[in-house]
Amino acid sequence: MSVHARVALWSASLLAVLCLSILVSATMGPVGLELGTVARASLNAVGLPTGASVTVASAGLAGLDLPVPIVDVAYTYPFDFAVAGSAEVIVRQLRLPRIVLGAVVGFALAAAGAVMQGFFRNPMADPSIIGVSSGAAVGAVATIAFPLALPLGLQAAAFVGAIVTAFAVYLIATEGGRTPVATLLLAGVAVQALLGAVISYLLLQSGESLDQAVYWLMGNLHNSQWSDVEVTLPLAILAFVVLVAYTRDLNVMLLGEEDASAVGIEVERTKRILLAVSSVITAAAVAVAGVIGFVGLVVPHIMRLVVGPDHRVLLPTSALAGASFLVLTDTVARAGAAELPVGIVTAALGAPFFLYLLRRREVHAL
Amino acid sequence: MIRADGVELAFGDVTVLDGVDLAVDTGELVGLVGPNGAGKTTLLRTINGVLDPDAGTITLDGDRLGDLTSKAVSRRVATVPQDTQVGFAFTAEQIVEMGRTPHRSRLDWTDDEKPVAAAMEQTETLQFRDRRVDGLSGGERQRVLLARALAQDTPALVLDEPTASLDINHQVRVLETVRDLVDDGRAALAAIHDLDLAARYCDRLLLLYDGVIRAAGTPAEVLDDPALEDAFGTRTAVSHNPATGTATVAAVSDGEDDRDEHVHVVGGGQVAARAVGELWRGGYTVTLGLVSEGDVAAETADRLGVDATTAPPFEPPSDATRQRAMATIDRADAVVTTGTAETDLVAPAVDAHPRVVPLGATDPETVSLDGVSAAIEETLTQPAAGDD
Repeated sequence: MSVHARVALWSASLLAVLCLSILVSATMGPVGLELGTVARASLNAVGLPTGASVTVASAGLAGLDLPVPIVDVAYTYPFDFAVAGSAEVIVRQLRLPRIVLGAVVGFALAAAGAVMQGFFRNPMADPSIIGVSSGAAVGAVATIAFPLALPLGLQAAAFVGAIVTAFAVYLIATEGGRTPVATLLLAGVAVQALLGAVISYLLLQSGESLDQAVYWLMGNLHNSQWSDVEVTLPLAILAFVVLVAYTRDLNVMLLGEEDASAVGIEVERTKRILLAVSSVITAAAVAVAGVIGFVGLVVPHIMRLVVGPDHRVLLPTSALAGASFLVLTDTVARAGAAELPVGIVTAALGAPFFLYLLRRREVHAL
Repeated sequence: MIRADGVELAFGDVTVLDGVDLAVDTGELVGLVGPNGAGKTTLLRTINGVLDPDAGTITLDGDRLGDLTSKAVSRRVATVPQDTQVGFAFTAEQIVEMGRTPHRSRLDWTDDEKPVAAAMEQTETLQFRDRRVDGLSGGERQRVLLARALAQDTPALVLDEPTASLDINHQVRVLETVRDLVDDGRAALAAIHDLDLAARYCDRLLLLYDGVIRAAGTPAEVLDDPALEDAFGTRTAVSHNPATGTATVAAVSDGEDDRDEHVHVVGGGQVAARAVGELWRGGYTVTLGLVSEGDVAAETADRLGVDATTAPPFEPPSDATRQRAMATIDRADAVVTTGTAETDLVAPAVDAHPRVVPLGATDPETVSLDGVSAAIEETLTQPAAGDD
């Protein structure tokens, strides 16, 4: 079977699984709903961007009036099924934003995880390996602990913290235009340790907002808004498309950088692009959902067992499987009487499964 | 096709290449030889563009390497690396397919079946195209990597110890495949640590030592060059290999004391060959005879410059030959016998000799210098048997 056919077949199947997961998840909650009702309400919620206008507002930052472009996207909703008003509100306003955001975050984390494991040729690599999550956590916790010190919103602060950290780790590990993967890995670990100290200190100083900070650190999809989806989804799709374009290069890089160079890969440039794009896609996910562990580590491993190491197949299947995985784990997280942060559920389900695979010797290398 | 002029490269304070000049033309297989650590791999890595030289230029097909993109370089020169041992689960065919990377656009995911299948056919790897590379033997994997380089379809090949992890059969097959490719109109530069194999398959040899090419020329010239002994820090003995018709070299340590005793080895076969080699290494004056021409012991003697009294195979030796052999035995301080048929032909002399060490039907592997010389010492110190 050609690669095209394999990608198409796997992606279509996993997309179907994802849609089903979303619908099933939307039926569950304090008010039980019929699957058919949920399906109709969900279709009604499907919006296609049909136009965009940019208005410039001004924002005060450090005493200056800065122009801030605000992009207004117009959506059209092609479906208009008759659904009971209350059900429509529950599905469309309460449940779907959270479920869809979960799907986007899972998609982004698993895609970045697949790329990072191949990039580092290391089975323990995950999307946060170069400090993206720690950087985001510092930004977020700082904003929570000292709301007035930073002029940015929580999510923007987390995003900026993540990107700055990734860039700093990259600069530390780069010498003379070359970035050895091992140095990058160690620099990432060291910077994560340093930021861990900063986070602990911030938590100590956070006083009454400690609960909120800890809750954020555990990773959760609580209070998700459609506006989060509107920012994260396009960013994730854009980054994903770039990553897909580099899957062939990523395959060759698995043989080692020298071999990759011998078959014509511009190794250092490819590494920079892969690092930058996977940092952005991870940062976008972490900024809206907090530190959700294990999705980016376990899902690519499982998919590698199923579809093999070829990143052209592995990347899209991991991303889609990661989306379903997070939708389902978040459903578990909010199903109980007391809601749990989804990060607890992903680790609690993911880690034992991973250990099982490890013991079965199914997972021992890339 | 491949040209290097004054290439210099240092890792930190260590100068590895100190002005290397070389040229490899189309239709030529050039062997790069030199001791471990001479910088063979480093030189190959500057030629395929993995490393940038500190000084000097590399040109590929007339264009300077520095002016070419990585993709353009990989369309001109393909590399067969030393055995790659990464635990990845790609199939052999997927690995070979990666050799097509320089010819494909980034989003072109269609399989380039024809060149891939052709490359796999040529390297006899088609039969395990669907097997995982990490499950293949070293020899199979090496051929897969050769197939990948072929799929790259380049006018020049760079091979880094392509035979290092192979058994003798696959060494020969891999080098014959490379030889065929070169004869089809490619240029190839191969680092080969086995001097005999290098001499057998290469048109020319380059000896890399001390960061420069110390000797260059036909295999016979380079193997005979005094620089070779210098480079490898050992005595070498060059001779003509009757089986392949090419020059062959034996490296021998020169650390042992020279001894005065003359030891004669009787008979042929592996045991005799081994005894000759070990005694020669130990600095004894060694002679051999009677032995059939073409016997492995006779070849060893020839290689080491040991005097051997030989007789044509499958016919009884002439009386003159027998007399000559027996005269040598009489002159020797000690005689080592190996219990082969030739021993009977010189039996009168052996029986009369006072100091005989019979090795008989020993396993050749167990014949060591220490063992044989201890036995000889023993016979030399004992009162001669004939004195009784």
